[in-house]
Amino acid sequence: MSHTSSPASRLRPGTGASSQDEINAEIVAIEADAAARVAAGGSPELHPRRDYAPYRSSLLRHPTHELVRIDPEEVERVSPAFGHTDVNSLESDLTIQHAGEPIGERMTVGGRVLDGEGRPVRHQLIELWQANAGGRYVHKRDQHPAPLDPNFTGVGRAITGDNGEYSFTTIKPGPYPWKNHVNAWRPAHIHFSLFGNAFTQRLITQMYFPGDPLFALDPIYQSIADADARARLVGQYDHSLSVPEFSLGYRWDIVLTGPKSTWMEGEDADE
Amino acid sequence: MSDLTTPQSPTLQSPALQTPSQTVGPFYGYALPYTGGPQLVAGYHPRAIRFHGTVTDGAGEPILDALLEIWQADESGALSRELGSLDRDGFTFSGFGRCATTIAGHYTFTTLKPGAAGSAAPYILVCVFARGVTHHLFTRAYFAEDAARHETDALLNAVPADRRDTLVCVSEGLVGGAESYRFDIRLQGENETVFLDFDA
Repeated sequence: MSHTSSPASRLRPGTGASSQDEINAEIVAIEADAAARVAAGGSPELHPRRDYAPYRSSLLRHPTHELVRIDPEEVERVSPAFGHTDVNSLESDLTIQHAGEPIGERMTVGGRVLDGEGRPVRHQLIELWQANAGGRYVHKRDQHPAPLDPNFTGVGRAITGDNGEYSFTTIKPGPYPWKNHVNAWRPAHIHFSLFGNAFTQRLITQMYFPGDPLFALDPIYQSIADADARARLVGQYDHSLSVPEFSLGYRWDIVLTGPKSTWMEGEDADE
Repeated sequence: MSDLTTPQSPTLQSPALQTPSQTVGPFYGYALPYTGGPQLVAGYHPRAIRFHGTVTDGAGEPILDALLEIWQADESGALSRELGSLDRDGFTFSGFGRCATTIAGHYTFTTLKPGAAGSAAPYILVCVFARGVTHHLFTRAYFAEDAARHETDALLNAVPADRRDTLVCVSEGLVGGAESYRFDIRLQGENETVFLDFDA
């Protein structure tokens, strides 16, 4: 597989020098290492590696000491309280925040937030943010020369329901280029932020879309070295969530750690 | 016929498999920070403290796109169950705060000094998110004046003596009328902050 580099004149300052082929080789080597550890009897890695060289920004931003494993105290065993007085129910619809409708493929994203025992995480805060249909964020440091959409900010919040359920109305975000390496592109994704019933359950992650051709090339998605684990970040098209003559439905259930279920946490997970 | 089959999400089993973390990325700035996020109490509260520091990387450079969350007990050691962390009323102490670093890599919270919750010495729980951080990092900020309680604190006793200081705020005395505590966070390298993995 060969990838043609962009003309150098198009590259903006700060772009990493590596080619996609070099990044791919690093990704494949790390995945093979993870698979070998599982074959040798290790637990699959549930989370991304903190030291994941293909994602260049991780090089100077991962601790070199092992994390100190400790029992949570009372502070960590509870979580801030959020509720409907903190979040307006209209904040879950990202298509009604402006005078007009945003451009893009309208969609409904829904699912449930569960803890490690499969129990619903009720009445907790879920936040989401994303790029617009052209792959541009409303962020002052996003310089991707795709148009901003005056009718789309790309931020939503909700409080989960009695069964841990959530639902957002939005538009499908576009993929976008970034500077990790030459001709680097992020697959389309939505950022999610979640709180559980204990602060130890805190999670920020990203939801992806099925069948994206950029998966194999993306060092952020691939930072989860276990193929089954990273597949859990891919929402599924769900026709029962599609709204007739309005939006296409995607289902994505989110499972937080614990409480009391980190028996799954492999020794390798945080190396 | 397989084209007509609706793909199903994997059946959730008990215990269910965790959803992996992903980096917060660089572009959360218009989404996660909110008005009043760093002010757990108003600066004019008679016992307000300044809790601040700089987040640096393995080259010692400030990290200008980190997001910090804190969660703590109130002055009596109780954990708040009050709503209002996002929509602050200026009086209710909810115990939660969120602050993005400045272009100098600096963060500042206005809060109250926590009391002891349970058997641990008083501390502020700190959660660090940033571009390049694939999975958030937890640490704890203790206070030097509680040294007597530190002797029996489970975490401080589990940490090698030469790394323990990374978990204790530097007391700066009164700054602008409030007690000031500096808690620098070094993600990597010399004096690397101790980060935690909770057996939860």
